[in-house]
Amino acid sequence: MKRYLYYPGCSLRGTGKAYEESLLAVFKALDIELEELEDWNCCGATAYMSIDEVNAFALAGRNLALAEKKKLDLMAPCSACYLVLNKAQHYIKEYPKVAQTLEHGFKAAGLTYTGAVKVRHPLDILINDIGIEQIKARIKKPLAGLKVAPYYGCQIVRPYATFDQMYYPVSMDKLLRAVGAEVVDYPLKTRCCGGSQKGTLPEVGLSLIHILLKEAGRRNAQVVATICPLCQFNLDAFQEEAGKKYGEVSMPVVYFTQLLGLAFGFSAKELGLERNIVPAKRVLAKFEPAVA
Amino acid sequence: MDARNGDVRIGVFVCDCGSNIAATVDVKAVAEYAAALPGVVVSREYKYMCSDPGQELIRQDIVEHKLNRVVVASCSPLLHEETFRGAVAKGGLNPFCFQMVNIREHDSWVHTDRARATEKAIALLRAAIGRVAFHKPLERKRVPIHPDVLIVGGGIAGIHAALTLANAGKHVYLVEREPTIGGHMAKFDKTFPTLDCAACILTPKMTAVKKHPNITLWTLADVTGVEGYVGNFQVTVTRRPRYIIEDLCVGCLECIEACVYKQAKVPDEFNLGLGKRKPIYISFPQAVPQIPVIDPETCIDFKSGRCKKTCIEACADRHAIDLKQQPQVETVPVGAIILATGYQPFDARKVPNYGYGVYPNVYTSMEVERLINASGPTGGEVVLRDGRKPESIGIIHCVGSRDEKTNKWCSRVCCMYSLKLAHLLKEHTGAEIHNFYIDMRTPGKGYEEFYNKLLEEGVHMIRGRVAEVTDWATTPEEEGKLVMCAEDTLISFVRRVPVDMVVLSVGLVPQDDAQDVRRLFNISCSSEGWFLERHPKLAPVNTFTDGIFIAGACQAPKDIPDAVAQAGAAAAEAMVLIDKGYVEMEPNTAYILEEECSGCKTCITLCPYSAISFLSDKKVAQINEVLCKGCGTCVAACPSGSIMQNLFEDEEIFKEIEGVLVNV
Repeated sequence: MKRYLYYPGCSLRGTGKAYEESLLAVFKALDIELEELEDWNCCGATAYMSIDEVNAFALAGRNLALAEKKKLDLMAPCSACYLVLNKAQHYIKEYPKVAQTLEHGFKAAGLTYTGAVKVRHPLDILINDIGIEQIKARIKKPLAGLKVAPYYGCQIVRPYATFDQMYYPVSMDKLLRAVGAEVVDYPLKTRCCGGSQKGTLPEVGLSLIHILLKEAGRRNAQVVATICPLCQFNLDAFQEEAGKKYGEVSMPVVYFTQLLGLAFGFSAKELGLERNIVPAKRVLAKFEPAVA
Repeated sequence: MDARNGDVRIGVFVCDCGSNIAATVDVKAVAEYAAALPGVVVSREYKYMCSDPGQELIRQDIVEHKLNRVVVASCSPLLHEETFRGAVAKGGLNPFCFQMVNIREHDSWVHTDRARATEKAIALLRAAIGRVAFHKPLERKRVPIHPDVLIVGGGIAGIHAALTLANAGKHVYLVEREPTIGGHMAKFDKTFPTLDCAACILTPKMTAVKKHPNITLWTLADVTGVEGYVGNFQVTVTRRPRYIIEDLCVGCLECIEACVYKQAKVPDEFNLGLGKRKPIYISFPQAVPQIPVIDPETCIDFKSGRCKKTCIEACADRHAIDLKQQPQVETVPVGAIILATGYQPFDARKVPNYGYGVYPNVYTSMEVERLINASGPTGGEVVLRDGRKPESIGIIHCVGSRDEKTNKWCSRVCCMYSLKLAHLLKEHTGAEIHNFYIDMRTPGKGYEEFYNKLLEEGVHMIRGRVAEVTDWATTPEEEGKLVMCAEDTLISFVRRVPVDMVVLSVGLVPQDDAQDVRRLFNISCSSEGWFLERHPKLAPVNTFTDGIFIAGACQAPKDIPDAVAQAGAAAAEAMVLIDKGYVEMEPNTAYILEEECSGCKTCITLCPYSAISFLSDKKVAQINEVLCKGCGTCVAACPSGSIMQNLFEDEEIFKEIEGVLVNV
């Protein structure tokens, strides 16, 4: 049985609760054991890094140091966590000065870090460690006929393209195809969701959100699948507002793990599909297991 | 006379190399230190030891101070060992009573701390003085050179080198792995900046190769073995079956007509899959040799054995078709080898944001060459895959070049061929042409003028690397088009340019098997995979392996004029070698002390050059000096210590080690 350390980050315990629910369900179905990293702390996200780089690396680095003791790969499902942990790892390895500075911090906390931790994304684990064949073997209800726009967001492949292509990632496409869905060509798959612009420059944020949703519709997608809690939140929660401003759109936005979960036979409730603001039931109901 | 039995008188010469050495090493202190060492009679420093006065200094000192050993501390022996050996010989000494110390590449160029660099120079010099005392006079052996030359690769570089050598009366074996010679140039439509037709200037040379009595042309052939050394290589060439007997075929091509496939159905390699061919085919109308080839992967007879064999019927009593033909192995002796193995175009799929392989109307530059060509798949008509004629075309420069994510190098030819394609596409279609470039690089005779001509023709030049090609339309004008997104860096504005056709100007990359080829021929590659020249400026066609030369784009991206110039240079270098008639072998070979050899034969199996044989009458091993490369394997392995090696005798090595370590 494969085992990984699990770093939920704040999102999967908050706005991205549905991501955690569906992820844990899917991983369990595939016999993948997850052990939550004990005493994990905030990754710092990209905001802290732009204010105080060294302290941001120390914050992220503490998680890495905690993980190293366990000698397991560290899985970070949130794109921001994944990027920040990888960036801290990269700087510790490539810039001796950063490593030396952090060493003092680690020492004060009674920790050491040699740089051995591998930060992994669930997509990477599913494709490269588990494999398409294993995933196919678990299918109970193939998502036949479901047209999905695969939306990756920016952070998962940029600037570190660790397991997929930088401009045109395909790992989620492969997983979705494996469970029977039809993946539409979606050239906007790594375009900006607006990040936190909805809060600071709402005009900019809303127009970016609208572009993504409208194009998915134009390409006949019935649902957008994403891997990032912030992308999901932006496209889902502000869809109505964006629609009012730029033209109506109606596009459920789900986590890829929710779609895998449906194919594995889990119920909408088990996968957190009821948490969606734009209801997904309209397009996904036919894949849900019959209620006994 | 050496340190074992007499008076040793050593002269030491330390070179400043202008400021190359003197700036980092205290050369005066080094020379003064050496003066006090045992056996040293004279020790000097001088500005340029390699200059005429520097060499004269050595000669005079040998005579004046009755020197019998010389040490020069300067640059790499690769550069000037021969120079100083010559100076020593002029003074009347045996050139091997000499040792060179490298205090430039190994010291001044790689260190910054003057005190410690000086200390290192002293240690290296002390080691050399220690070892030179034991040097013995040695003689070089002369070995005759085989006058034939092997050329690998039948592109324009290989063709030009072959013709040059053959016209000078040398016999050449030209080996090409494709069914025809001509290489990439045969696929081009026109050539920049003169716009003369590539085939018109190339095919006469191809025919000349075939006709030349001094050239043996082997197509569909691979070099599978190389043994020997400069002047005396043994090369094994494996000729794959063409299934047509070359000597019997007259090139009437009636067999192709007669093939049971009435229509050509197989994607045609020469046209990069844009056209179709039959299982029996000829690459292009002017192919050399003008002989068809049968592709066993698609020929019905190879697949099922149940073909009517109409090709054989058509060949009638010539009997040139032989479906049972087997690979043929030829072994030939040659004195020199020229590698002209070329390049391959960058695989545009590696830049997925340009949509090659996703959007049908994204083409590579090579595909467009074929589309424009009158003998290409569309007869020279530029039409898209859906049959439309493009009204707007975008050309992206530097695809797979000048890019941190793919290849860092500039491929040198893409700016110019992009301009050429822009001109030809405009001529063929009348479309609006947009060239997206990073920087225009047009250094060459008539190149900048050609660029100006294109500007006058109204081709749009947009300075900016394209970020993506997408079918995502944001305005009605973009619907159904490919949109090219780029920052126009001259106006600091992001532009979206909708076009019907995108051309990717792909860069040049080393051949996939460049590493295998370099291992086979025992030469070096740069880290990118280009074959490494002996010196980037002064020995551009030589390699570090004597007798092996490089020409054309296997060394680095280059255009046709440069490839041809280099091919001529490689041919001249090969001729220099051959016309000299002999090579002098380095005397650093191993030899056996017969009275101590126990005849255990350990060394015989270990020798990588098969230079050791066993004398059954004397029951001792014997080393062939000509074959020995001086690797030292047998010396180290001999259980009774009865193998010695010239210039690497025990005393010499121990004194050298002692010299380096004595103050540590």
